[in-house]
Amino acid sequence: MSKKKLPFITVILSIIGFILLYLPMFLVVEQSFNASKHGQSWGGFTLDWYTGLADNAMVQTTTVNTLILAVVSTIIATVLGTLLAIGIHRTPWGKKMQYFYDMSINVPVVTPDILMAIALVSVFALFRSWTSLFDPGMLTMVIAHVTLETSFVVLVVQSRLVSIGKDQIEAARDLYASTAGAWFRVIIPQLSTAIISGALLAFTLSLDDFILSFFTSGPESQTLPLYIYGSLKRGISPQIHALSSIIFGLTLFVMVLMVFRGIRKERKLARKL
Amino acid sequence: MQTEVFEGKLTTRARMRKFGVLLTGPGMLWLIVFLLLPTAFLMVLAFAQRGSYGSINWDFSIENLRRLVGFSSFGWSPDNLLILWRSLKIAVITTVLCIAFGLPMAFWIANHGKTMRAFLFALIMVPSCTNLVIRTSAWMTLLGPDMFPAEIARFFGIIAEGESLYPGSFAVYIGMVSSMLPFAVLPLYTSVERLDWGVVEASRDLYAGPLRTFYHGILSQMMPGIVASVILTLVPSLGMYVISDLLGGGKYMLIGNLIQQQFGAAMDWPFGAMLGSVLIICSVISLVIFQRVGGKNFV
Repeated sequence: MSKKKLPFITVILSIIGFILLYLPMFLVVEQSFNASKHGQSWGGFTLDWYTGLADNAMVQTTTVNTLILAVVSTIIATVLGTLLAIGIHRTPWGKKMQYFYDMSINVPVVTPDILMAIALVSVFALFRSWTSLFDPGMLTMVIAHVTLETSFVVLVVQSRLVSIGKDQIEAARDLYASTAGAWFRVIIPQLSTAIISGALLAFTLSLDDFILSFFTSGPESQTLPLYIYGSLKRGISPQIHALSSIIFGLTLFVMVLMVFRGIRKERKLARKL
Repeated sequence: MQTEVFEGKLTTRARMRKFGVLLTGPGMLWLIVFLLLPTAFLMVLAFAQRGSYGSINWDFSIENLRRLVGFSSFGWSPDNLLILWRSLKIAVITTVLCIAFGLPMAFWIANHGKTMRAFLFALIMVPSCTNLVIRTSAWMTLLGPDMFPAEIARFFGIIAEGESLYPGSFAVYIGMVSSMLPFAVLPLYTSVERLDWGVVEASRDLYAGPLRTFYHGILSQMMPGIVASVILTLVPSLGMYVISDLLGGGKYMLIGNLIQQQFGAAMDWPFGAMLGSVLIICSVISLVIFQRVGGKNFV
């Protein structure tokens, strides 16, 4: 879309929207450097909360748990989701089968997470009568997170597959590529950015989640959000703000890096053409 | 019957389907065991009864449905229906606000150069990497009596001297919009990028005013995106209770709280399952509506 002159109100509303998104982040960062502990006011600059993180065992274990949960569930969801997207897209399924796939993939996207949480908790209780594997803990949390994330990965990868279309694979096959060869050398390289953004979305969903973890966690698998929720009554420790600021800074950095890498790639491509 | 050709007759429908089953097998198996089966189980559980000490008594009846609409051994009370109504009200208002901010944001982002566009779009998603609970507690501080939003509100006479914006329904809406907004912008932005601006020019050529052009030329093209964005905000807000708990000061009981109570302190899983099943049915209906208006996928 080329540049248009937008009504002034559009700009105002957009800025308010961005403020709504970033005001809480701004406060979190501000508090992490604020020497006064229950910071309604500015009590001077300090790095104590950051250095204090090194000694806080509870924050460390819960952070490690959060990261393990996010990484493991993202990997499983990305593999399952990518295979699903490719399988659904390239196969000439019948109309009913296609509808079944579409429904099962879209349902987790549109149901509130509390429903997925209680459904899983109920069925885990059922499974527990056969095996103790489903006692509340890391495994049940990973299962819950993967179930939520897979659909999002499928949707992202699928939309890229649709835009690539079927012509390229047919051309490759015409030129005597094997099915596997055509996929690995023609489609997968083009798909890689979509797979990465699907994985990033899954990772974000896992970090942002509270409700699924709340229902499926066990005593040994406390994650950061659960710990924070538990300590809210006493007020959040500024150390949590320090940690959140670090995570916020990292995600911002990764996002900026990805955007600029994408731009450089495009420029290179443009020069070639 | 006309024979279809797959990859220039190099393969057949049967072979491709066999391979398709292989590819989708693991993912589908996962979704069936951990999504479809639990959902079905929840709907069966909804018709069971609570036994003693939170056990489940498998006598099937519609007792839970009667309780949901308010009948109990003490007669009829509107409490549950009020909770449902309040949840729906908060979800609808949140959605309207999200679209009201999300639509201009989508246009504004799309109106930048390629670099800036990608950057701004990424910026929409970044706050979600910080957990909901942390962001919501940040609003708790921000909307406190001594912070600048309260002072601005006082200046304009919105709140009286000494009052604060938190806790209250205003704080709840701020928190809800701020956490749901990214999911509203996502599909809207995609559909703005795909807009065919030729239609807009044609409409201007034919002497349509700006409002008519916007309505017939732009909004009608964006319908699948708008519906996707409504569903992506409305349905999750229906189940959201953490934000209203924290920012509403625990005064507002929502359907999410009610469900959580049944699975927590009340130990009445079957009734919780009935509440959940009603919400699931609502979600599936909204999904079907979405597919009817021509949308296929959300992202």
